[in-house]
Amino acid sequence: MKSSPKKEFSNQLDLINGLILSIFVVLLLFLGVLGYAIFDPSFSRFSGFFNADSDEKNEFLAEVESEEVVDGIHVETGFIDAPGMVATIQNCTGCHSSSLVIANRMNEERWIETIRWMQETQNLWDLGENEKVIVDYLVTNYPPKKIGRRANLENIEWYELED
Amino acid sequence: MNRRKFISKTVLASMASALGMDIVFGSRLPKGLLPLGLSKQDPFELFSKDKDMILLNDRPYNMEARPHQLDDDITPNEYIFVRNNGLIPNEVDVENWTLSIDGESVISPKTYTLSELKTRFTSHSYQLTLECGGNGRSEFDPPPKGNQWSLGAVYCAKWTGVRLKDILEDVGIKSDAVYIGYHAADSHLSGDPTKEAISRGVPISKAMMEETLIAYQMNDQDIPLVHGYPLRLVAGGWPASASGKWLERISVRNIVHDGEKMGGTSYRVPCSPVAPGESVADENMCIIESMPVKSLITYPKTGAMISDKKLSIRGHTWAGENSVIKMEYSIDFGSTWKECDLKKAPNRLAWQRFSAEVEFPQEGYYEVWAKATDSDGVSQPMLVPGWNPKGYLNNACHRIAVKVS
Ligand code: HEC
Repeated sequence: MKSSPKKEFSNQLDLINGLILSIFVVLLLFLGVLGYAIFDPSFSRFSGFFNADSDEKNEFLAEVESEEVVDGIHVETGFIDAPGMVATIQNCTGCHSSSLVIANRMNEERWIETIRWMQETQNLWDLGENEKVIVDYLVTNYPPKKIGRRANLENIEWYELED
Repeated sequence: MNRRKFISKTVLASMASALGMDIVFGSRLPKGLLPLGLSKQDPFELFSKDKDMILLNDRPYNMEARPHQLDDDITPNEYIFVRNNGLIPNEVDVENWTLSIDGESVISPKTYTLSELKTRFTSHSYQLTLECGGNGRSEFDPPPKGNQWSLGAVYCAKWTGVRLKDILEDVGIKSDAVYIGYHAADSHLSGDPTKEAISRGVPISKAMMEETLIAYQMNDQDIPLVHGYPLRLVAGGWPASASGKWLERISVRNIVHDGEKMGGTSYRVPCSPVAPGESVADENMCIIESMPVKSLITYPKTGAMISDKKLSIRGHTWAGENSVIKMEYSIDFGSTWKECDLKKAPNRLAWQRFSAEVEFPQEGYYEVWAKATDSDGVSQPMLVPGWNPKGYLNNACHRIAVKVS
């Protein structure tokens, strides 16, 4: 049965109503995101999520090129292979080499202080949930050693001195 | 992805894989300024450094000498430490290189080409001691932040150039000038072109000293690239970070210069002493000026085994703006001290040569400790001095191990 012209007209009305509704919804969503962006332009609250597994990840993150580990040491970076290493490589080796990180031994409070200093003055981004992962990794694997006011001379390479 | 507009994405990707890292702000690197790491060359070869130097960090480059490598009166390039805060300019266009003098306290800004600098002003040469403020950091407990320097972030090279004072007088500065700050062509580690890697300086009184140079030669040759080619501010006796490399601009300031690494805890120590590990608020940190009295035994190398009970020792001593008036050594951990022969410096702010003939009473393990005293009567401590958050100014006595059989 062929629909009457009148029915056809009301069908089209429904269609237009639907379209307007969906445009409205999209607009609301857009305004919401825009509103959020005003308060948190870098979308830092989502950074942990993006860092974790999205393809659209932070473009500044360093890549882990190779997964080769020998004697518990990640060959490419020299980091101790332990929980938190990957987040540390990704977030901490883009600007400077891993050796600067490895050479430094601090407690939790001073690591956080160092991270804040890099965030305030050196363009380090908000680490989101990775901050705790990284600080735990560093404090656990690179604890400070007590050396006192003056240590013994060590690793002396003895040699015969001729005169 | 439009941020990556200077360099195409594929180029960046291949650069990134060559470096084994993502180039942060890669797209914002100024043209012609590619990170030096790209060449993936051995830094010892790249900078003509002796293979026995210690590489602390390859991004940014930081290397130091071992004490016995610093035996020459004038340190040759192969033993000179490297402390970089950012990325070395890859290409230096000397033909178009200029030095500008600006800032609140110049009457009007002025720019000089390299050849104008060389022809319009009288050239001067001085041997100047430059030591990293953090030399000796690795001995502090608890360990302070930064590159863990041991003993060899110091040297004394011969610098040739024109006096900053002559340039400032030619430009004309106002009476309210208090500080100068340098600006240079290296780039920030993150590649962000709006950020400087380091921009420090000195008070106007130090800037006006005869030995404060705008240098274009080191050891009678063009300054090596890693040490600031083609132009470097050299302020001997002060933390080496005050001697800006790849110099392009000097601002004459009516305030204490507030450039990168002038504030916070950078190159500052607590204004009053603190307990090891204590946090210090930024406003209680004071800028390091003249470096403290210090010395190094450069001969023999530590670990000498001798069969004779006699040993000749020698080394260098320096004391920032001061001179060293007494040099002593001890073979009994400071119970007794004997005086060394001490030479005068060839010019102010150069290190001084000392030497001594040591006699050991019997066979055994010894440490030869060296201690300098400066013209203010201040001596080197045998223990590591006052702890500070960034581990600067460790001028504790140097010692070497000797076995007599
Ligand atoms: C956006 C760039 C950037 C990233 C990413 C970065 N850093 Fe840094 N970091 C710097 C700069 C610049 C310095 C100063 C380097 C110098 O002085 O040679 C620095 C210095 C340091 C230092 C020495 C501190 C000092 O006071 O000299 C440590 C330790 C360090 N970083 C650890 C880390 C760790 C851990 C991470 C990961 C959470 C990280 N960095 C990520 C830029 C960065």
